[in-house]
Amino acid sequence: MNNNDTIKKTLIVAVSLCLVCSALISFSAVELRDLQEANKTLDKQSKILSAAGLLKEGGDVTELFESIEARIVNLETGKFDYQINLDEYEESAFSRNPSTSIELTANNDIALLKRRENFQTVYLHYSMEKLNAIILPVRGYGLWGTMKGYLALQPDLKTIIGLEFFDHKETPGLGGEIDNPKWKATWKGKEVYSDSGDVLIRVIKGSVDRSSSQAKYQVDGLSGATITSNGVTNLLSFWLGDMGYGPLINTLKDQESKDV
Amino acid sequence: MSKAKEVLLNPLFNDNPIALQILGICSALAVTGTLYITLIMCVALTTVVTLSNLFVSLIRNHIPTNIRIIVQISIIATLVMLVDEVLQAFDYESSKTLSVFVGLIVTNCIVMGRAEAFAMKNGPLMSAIDGFGNGLGYSVILIIIAIIREFIGAGTFYGIEIMPLTTNGGWYLANNFFLTPASSFFIIGFTIWALRQWKTEQIEEPEFKISKNSLETEKRAI
Repeated sequence: MNNNDTIKKTLIVAVSLCLVCSALISFSAVELRDLQEANKTLDKQSKILSAAGLLKEGGDVTELFESIEARIVNLETGKFDYQINLDEYEESAFSRNPSTSIELTANNDIALLKRRENFQTVYLHYSMEKLNAIILPVRGYGLWGTMKGYLALQPDLKTIIGLEFFDHKETPGLGGEIDNPKWKATWKGKEVYSDSGDVLIRVIKGSVDRSSSQAKYQVDGLSGATITSNGVTNLLSFWLGDMGYGPLINTLKDQESKDV
Repeated sequence: MSKAKEVLLNPLFNDNPIALQILGICSALAVTGTLYITLIMCVALTTVVTLSNLFVSLIRNHIPTNIRIIVQISIIATLVMLVDEVLQAFDYESSKTLSVFVGLIVTNCIVMGRAEAFAMKNGPLMSAIDGFGNGLGYSVILIIIAIIREFIGAGTFYGIEIMPLTTNGGWYLANNFFLTPASSFFIIGFTIWALRQWKTEQIEEPEFKISKNSLETEKRAI
């Protein structure tokens, strides 16, 4: 029997092990933080570019992203807000804080978010000083968790350029097919608003009947993923509606008509 | 066969952690949907089990018996967190997909089992080899499951389309069941069966034998 089991030895081993382990972890966390942050930003930027159809094969994401301008928008008034610093804005913090968010009621919480922040970052893409695309962050509940993504609209503010999800927990192969490039491509050119301004875009069950007059508002459903498909419909209805970017879109439309 | 070679190769088929010891099944179910993710997981687990065996073995003569499990877990948890950090920094896409499962390597019975059963009693080099061997044994089974699941469930091999899916305009109607973790149970079961047909010494003695049908014995008596 060696003397390993004395209280003194036990304490020494336990304390020194803890010190070594925590030192190792802190060191790696600090050393790798920059790389990890860069990865996160890069991932987000590439998804924004990809929603707007600007991501080119082999193109440098950071360079391409320079053509995109981020702005904070007040979702209540639908106007751009220049008081909040872009770097300080964080969606999760804003949507949790009661002073910067509102609680949603059962009637208007179609995307099952519980709370909605009063401010959001939207992304504008200009080419030759003209608005080329507006990219709106959207999110909503799917089958297993919240699906987060970006919806890019053309300057007419109703035609879709693309929809891209960057974070979701849907079943791979079923609901996870929201990442399928073939399915994502079917969104291009669809319209979200009717002439009277109602949100009509929806993911239907089965395939879209191309001859139907509603075809431009409909996207093929994902087979075996009805709840995910409905989740996508719901999150778009919510974010494009009055509780989401509706006011912003009205403001932008007014501006446009004044310019003309 | 030299001792080192035996320690390294035995876990592959003779004493496989999944197929014979039935350890580490949880991750074998969860991360085998696509081959790429499985490979990342295998590399992560093999790294952790090799290094944890090495470090546990290095300090094995100083570990007080009362807190040895806690000491092992601390070492394993530290390694897992390091692997997670590295993955987030260098392969962000797969770390997003694997997310919680990398963290769950801590609870993988193979890692803990090898530390307690082998590394506590053997030298550092031999322990590291044993850890690496067991990591490989785990990987072999996971890769087999992942290939089958990805092929039948999505018609692809390592993301390359082999059987064009009907959803992409091809002829193959994907079997969605193989995309769900439950399918792994069947594949693991058949793998174990196949392995035991090949290595018959792994077949266990039945714990009890079914007695003859009483009706039949009675009939014969009459």
